[in-house]
Amino acid sequence: MSVIILLLIASISVASLFLAAFIWSVKSGQYDDEMSPPMRMLLDDTTTPNKQ
Amino acid sequence: MAFSTETKTTLHCFHCGAECVNTKIIVVDKNFCCEGCKMVFEILNQTGMCGYYDLNQSPGSSQKFNVRTDKFSFLEDTAIEQSIISFKDENQTHVTFYLPQIHCSSCLWLLENLHKIEPGVVLSHVNFERKEAAIVYNHKQCSLRKVAELLTRIGYEPYISYSDMGKKRPRVNSSKIYRLGVAGFCFANIMLLSFPEYLGIDQKEENLLIFFRYVNVLLSLPVFFYSAGEFYNSAWQGIKQKFLNIDAPIVLAIWVTFIRSLFEIFSGTGSGYLDSMSGIVFFMLAGRILQDRTQKQLSFERDYTSYFPVAVTKVNGVESTTLALPDIQLGDTLRIHDQELIPADGILTRGNALIDYSFVTGESLPVVKEMGEIIYAGGKQLGGNIELLVIKEVAQGYLTSLWNKDAFKEDPSKDRSFVHNISYWFTWGVLLTSFAAGIYWYFTNVIVMWNAVTAVLIVACPCALLLSNTFTNGSILRIFSNNKFYLRNATVIEKLATANTLVFDKTGTLTTRAYQDVVYQGLPITSSIKMKIGALAAQSSHPLSNAIANWSGTVVGNPVIAFEQIPGSGIEGMVDDDLITLGSSLFVTGKEDKMTTSGSVVHVAVEGVYMGFFRLQNQYRKSIPSMLQRLTNKFTLLVISGDNDTERSYLRQLLGPNTDLYFNQQPADKLTIIEALQKKGSKTIMLGDGLNDAGALKQSHVGIAITDDTNNFTPASDAILDASKLPQLEQFIQLAKANKVIVMTAFVISIVYNIIGLSFAVQGLLSPMIAAILMPISSISILLISFGFTHLTAKWLSL
Repeated sequence: MSVIILLLIASISVASLFLAAFIWSVKSGQYDDEMSPPMRMLLDDTTTPNKQ
Repeated sequence: MAFSTETKTTLHCFHCGAECVNTKIIVVDKNFCCEGCKMVFEILNQTGMCGYYDLNQSPGSSQKFNVRTDKFSFLEDTAIEQSIISFKDENQTHVTFYLPQIHCSSCLWLLENLHKIEPGVVLSHVNFERKEAAIVYNHKQCSLRKVAELLTRIGYEPYISYSDMGKKRPRVNSSKIYRLGVAGFCFANIMLLSFPEYLGIDQKEENLLIFFRYVNVLLSLPVFFYSAGEFYNSAWQGIKQKFLNIDAPIVLAIWVTFIRSLFEIFSGTGSGYLDSMSGIVFFMLAGRILQDRTQKQLSFERDYTSYFPVAVTKVNGVESTTLALPDIQLGDTLRIHDQELIPADGILTRGNALIDYSFVTGESLPVVKEMGEIIYAGGKQLGGNIELLVIKEVAQGYLTSLWNKDAFKEDPSKDRSFVHNISYWFTWGVLLTSFAAGIYWYFTNVIVMWNAVTAVLIVACPCALLLSNTFTNGSILRIFSNNKFYLRNATVIEKLATANTLVFDKTGTLTTRAYQDVVYQGLPITSSIKMKIGALAAQSSHPLSNAIANWSGTVVGNPVIAFEQIPGSGIEGMVDDDLITLGSSLFVTGKEDKMTTSGSVVHVAVEGVYMGFFRLQNQYRKSIPSMLQRLTNKFTLLVISGDNDTERSYLRQLLGPNTDLYFNQQPADKLTIIEALQKKGSKTIMLGDGLNDAGALKQSHVGIAITDDTNNFTPASDAILDASKLPQLEQFIQLAKANKVIVMTAFVISIVYNIIGLSFAVQGLLSPMIAAILMPISSISILLISFGFTHLTAKWLSL
C-alpha cells in the first residue's frame, strides 16, 4: 500500500503548487483590475514599449 | 448667412457622438460637434492613431469646454511634481493619473499607445476599474506638464486634486484572500483524506487510516493558526472593548473542535472533526470577503481636499508664480481664472466676481461680488480673471472648518449589527446547555461527559448566523450596485432598514442642476431671432445663459461682435447686425419689474425693443414627484434647501401640510436641523449632492450622496446613488429591511439542525460520521437560503 503514500505525496505537492500559484497571482495584482486584461487581449500591439 | 434649409437628419459628432448643432465643422467627410473634438481627431489622425475610432463608435468625450492653456503650469514646480510622481530615477519618471473619462476599450487602446503620439512616453498602463493610467516617461525628453497636457489634448484631462498630494493610495488588503486560499487548500485535502473515515476501510489497512489522520493534523495547522486568525483578531478587538461579538463564540468553537480532534487522534480514539473545522473556516472567510467586496473606483472618504485644485496662481506685483495649496499664506494675492475654484477665503481686490456657489451652498444662481467683499472658499468664478487677498488659511476657511468639526466621530457601538446581540444570547444558551449536559453525565457516566460537553460546543457554534449574515449582506450589496446604488460597507444596510425620516436637499437632488424648463412669454419671435438669442447666450457661462442657449436649439456659429457681459446684470452683443440684450429687467428695460424680480427670469430686447422674458425653472428629476408622494405615507419627510423659496408652494402641494420645508439654509443650518431631529430620536437618511450637504450627510444616520455621474466629485457619505435610480429609493429600503428577515430565517433553519444534532449529542450518541455530515450540509443550505431569498426579494421589488 506504500504506493498510496507516494500518490498522496504527489497529489499534495501538485495541490501546493496550485496554492502557490494562487497566492502569487493575488500578490502580483492580477485581481486588482479585472476589466482591462480581457479588452487588452483583443487589441493589436498594445503596450509595446518604445525603443530607447 | 441664411439658415433656411434645415437638415432633416441629425448629424452626430464622429469623436464624441453628441449631436452636431454646427454642421460646418468637417474634416475629410467627418462631422464634429465642436472645435475641441475636431482637434483631438486631427492629433490622432496625424499620428496614425485612428484605430481609436474603429474599436467603438464615437468613443471620445465631448471637448466643448476648453481647458485653459497654462492650467497645468503648476506641474513645473518641483515640489508639486515631487508630491505627484511616484518614482524617479536618472532617466525615467513614473506617475499615475486619475482619468475619469476612461470608459471603453478605445480609451484603453489609445492611452496604452501614448508613446506613438509622444516619443517621450516610455510606457503607459491603464487600470480600468480605478480609471487610472500609470505612465512612465523619459524626463529628458518630456515633462510632467507635457504629459498632462498631452492627455488633455487627446481628451483625457487628468484630475489632479489637493488630496492626491503627498499621499499614497493604500493598497488593497488581500490578507483575507490569502487566508481563504490556504483554508480552501487544506479543507479540500482534509476532506479527501477523510473519505476512508466516512466510508469505512478494511481492517488490514488500519495503519493507513492512522497515517491519514496525522497528515490531516498537519494540514489543519495552517487553518487553525493562519486562516482562522481573522476571527481571533476581531474577537480580541471585541473583548478589548468589553463587547462579546459574534466572533468570540466562533473562536471558542474552533478551539474546542481543534483540541478535541487532536485529543481523539493522538489517543487513537477517533478521527476528530478537522474536516468540519477547516470547512467552516473556509465558508466563513468566503462570506466575509463577499461582504467586504466594495467598489474600487468609488471613494466614500472624499473631503474638501479632493475638491480643491493643487495649485493656484499667486500675484506678486507684476509677476505671477504658482503656489501649492498648503503654502498659501495670509496676505497673499491670488489670481483666479475663469471656471476656477476659490481655494481660501479672501477679499476681492480686482476684477468682476461672479461666483457660482451652487455646489457649496445650494443656491442655484451665481452671486455678484463687489470689490472689497469677502469671497468664501469653494465657489467657482465665472467670467474673467479676478484677484483676491487671502484672509484665512485654506484649512481654516468657512467651509473647511465646517468639515473638520469633531462632532462627526460616532460611537462605534451604534454600528453594531443585530447579529451580535443574537449571538450574545445564543452563546450563553449554548454554554449553559453544555454545562447542564456535563453535570448530568458527571453523575451518570463520567466517561461520556467530555464527549457530550465538547459535542454541544461544536455543533452549536453560531457560525450559521455569521454565514447567513455575511452571504445575505454580500448579495444585497451586489444587487444594490447592479442598480447603481453603492454602499460604503455592509453595516449601512442595517442602518437603512431602521431609518424613519428622509431628508432631501432640493437643488441637484430632487431637481437637476441645470435649468431645463424654459418658458418664453412676450412678443412672438421668429426662428432667426431665436437663433441669434441663442448665439449670444452661448457666449456666457452663466447657468441661465446656458439654459437659453440650449432652448434656442441651434447655435450655428453666428459671430457675435461687441460682446459685453456685466456680471449680475446681463449680456449684450451684436449678432448679424442685430443688437441683442439679455438680462435682468433693470439691465434690459431700465426699470425694476416687480412682477418678475423673484426667481429666475431673463428679459430680452432686440435692437432696444423689449420682446419679453424667459422664465426658467429647475426641472424635477424624472418620477421624483410620484416617489415623494408614495414616501409621505411611510416616512417623515423633510426638504432642506440652500436655495430661495420659489418652489415652496409646489413642494407643499406635493408633500402635504405635514412636511417641513426649509429654504435659504446655510450648510451649518442643515447640520443643525439633522442634529435636532436626532435628539428627538429620529433616524435620518440624508440625501444630498453638494458640499453644502456634506455636514448633514456625515451627521445623519445614513448619508446618501446623489450624483449624475459616479465619476464626479461626491462629498463623503455612507452611500453613493446614481441620480437616475433615486425613484427606486423605497425599494432599496425595503430590500434592506428584508435583510434581517432573511438572516433570521436562515438562522432558525440552522437552529433546527442544531437541535437535532444536540438531541443526539447530549445523549452522547452523536457519532463523528453524523457530525461530519451535518455541519457542511447545514452550512451549504444556509448559503442557498441566503442567496435564494435575497434574489427572490429583489425580483419581487423589481430591482
